[in-house]
Amino acid sequence: MSEKNETREYVPTVIKAGELDPKFKYKMSKMHGAEKVMACFQCGTCTADCPIARFSEFYRPRRIARMVQLGLKDRLLLDKALWLCSSCFTCVDHCPQGVEIAGIVRVLRNMAVADKGILPLVYKELAINLMKSGFVYEIPESRLQKRTEQGLPPLPKPDVSQVMKVFEVTGSAHLLEKVQTFARVESK
Amino acid sequence: MSNPKYLLFLGCVIPYRLSSYEISARKVLAKLGVEIVEMPEYNCCGYPMDVINHELMLTLAARNLCIAEQAGLPILALCNGCFCSLNETNKILKEDKKLREKINSYLKEIGMEFKGTTEVKHLIYVLSEDVGYEKIKNAVTKPLIGIRVAQHSGCHVLRPRKYVGRDDPENPTTLKELIRLTGAECLDYMDETACCGNPIIGVNEDVPFQMAKEKLEHVRAVGAQALITVCPFCHIMFDLNQPRIERAFNEKFNLPVLHYPQLLGLAMGFSLEELAINELRVKPTELLNMVK
Repeated sequence: MSEKNETREYVPTVIKAGELDPKFKYKMSKMHGAEKVMACFQCGTCTADCPIARFSEFYRPRRIARMVQLGLKDRLLLDKALWLCSSCFTCVDHCPQGVEIAGIVRVLRNMAVADKGILPLVYKELAINLMKSGFVYEIPESRLQKRTEQGLPPLPKPDVSQVMKVFEVTGSAHLLEKVQTFARVESK
Repeated sequence: MSNPKYLLFLGCVIPYRLSSYEISARKVLAKLGVEIVEMPEYNCCGYPMDVINHELMLTLAARNLCIAEQAGLPILALCNGCFCSLNETNKILKEDKKLREKINSYLKEIGMEFKGTTEVKHLIYVLSEDVGYEKIKNAVTKPLIGIRVAQHSGCHVLRPRKYVGRDDPENPTTLKELIRLTGAECLDYMDETACCGNPIIGVNEDVPFQMAKEKLEHVRAVGAQALITVCPFCHIMFDLNQPRIERAFNEKFNLPVLHYPQLLGLAMGFSLEELAINELRVKPTELLNMVK
């Protein structure tokens, strides 16, 4: 981890006042899962207990909460580290202020998709499979055949038209059409 | 008392690549008198779509819940991810009237309505709460005496506490108790509740591999002969990916990873074929020699 790396030079980040969106925290507070973001007092329990932060040099949940409070919206949404959270919910259970950090990360990811039009490739692929087949993995014919051989009941055929309708009415199909994807997120 | 009856929710990853979990679970549930009804026309639980659009996840999960409501049966999920999204959505929509109205406006387009009349349970809670320890104990005919294993419950059967609210996320005991009923010893190890890392493997392999490697080291350190899981994603991380983790760190673990119903099935006298033990990547040779 970076704290132990003594040779690393510290380069302070300059934040221009114009980058700050003072209304952002209020907008976030209205989103399901991010309601209590303003209660974060930066104790760092989330980061100390985060399994991803243990092995990533820059994924820090505490910093995400602070950046939301400051209104650094664009930096947050464009930072690919946002996609490193494994949603284990340790931070949610351990926060003394009841802030749901994993919920905040999820809200920010939804915003990155909707406002910035970016998404890791893997999720787009899963979504496409889901729209086509009702499952996020396209289950090959050979697998279905094997089920019969193994004495398992046939897999039900999902109602794909209903699934597609859900993608349409929630606006998700439209979002997915225009997203730019990226394959990998660095952790160091 | 009549036998418990559930709709079995398989999700995507179990039929896609982990039928050993399904096969063994069906075997032990049937023997314990749990009645299983196939879930008709279900779709993905919604979990992987939460990152794209929260309302999409809620609506996909709610569609499955509506099917269960129509059938008048609770859902039994084998996968931690499915349990997470279905259980959470069920609780959120029952409590949050405004959000329920919104999701119901989407569901109306496909002729459905969430009413809040069903329940979602994970396999370990069906076994511990509905079947009961006594009944499982009585079904054990070949106690696995002398076998030492460790458990990995996985995140989403424990956390977030707010929605799961069953076992203690800091010191989970349900799976341990279930393991002890088989006659095997369940060993404690460091950081038992730590995540397997699998959820982000699609964007970055380095971090999940380090997380899984650390877990395998901790389990090995206490001398466990196998790790027991109850989630397909955790199982893939520790079993299927174990050779890749070994190569990445130039280590040798050779630690078998069994689905809990496989362990219980062995203690109930099922054969290796009946429990699809041969489908495991890391062969539990030492453990099986002790069972014979």
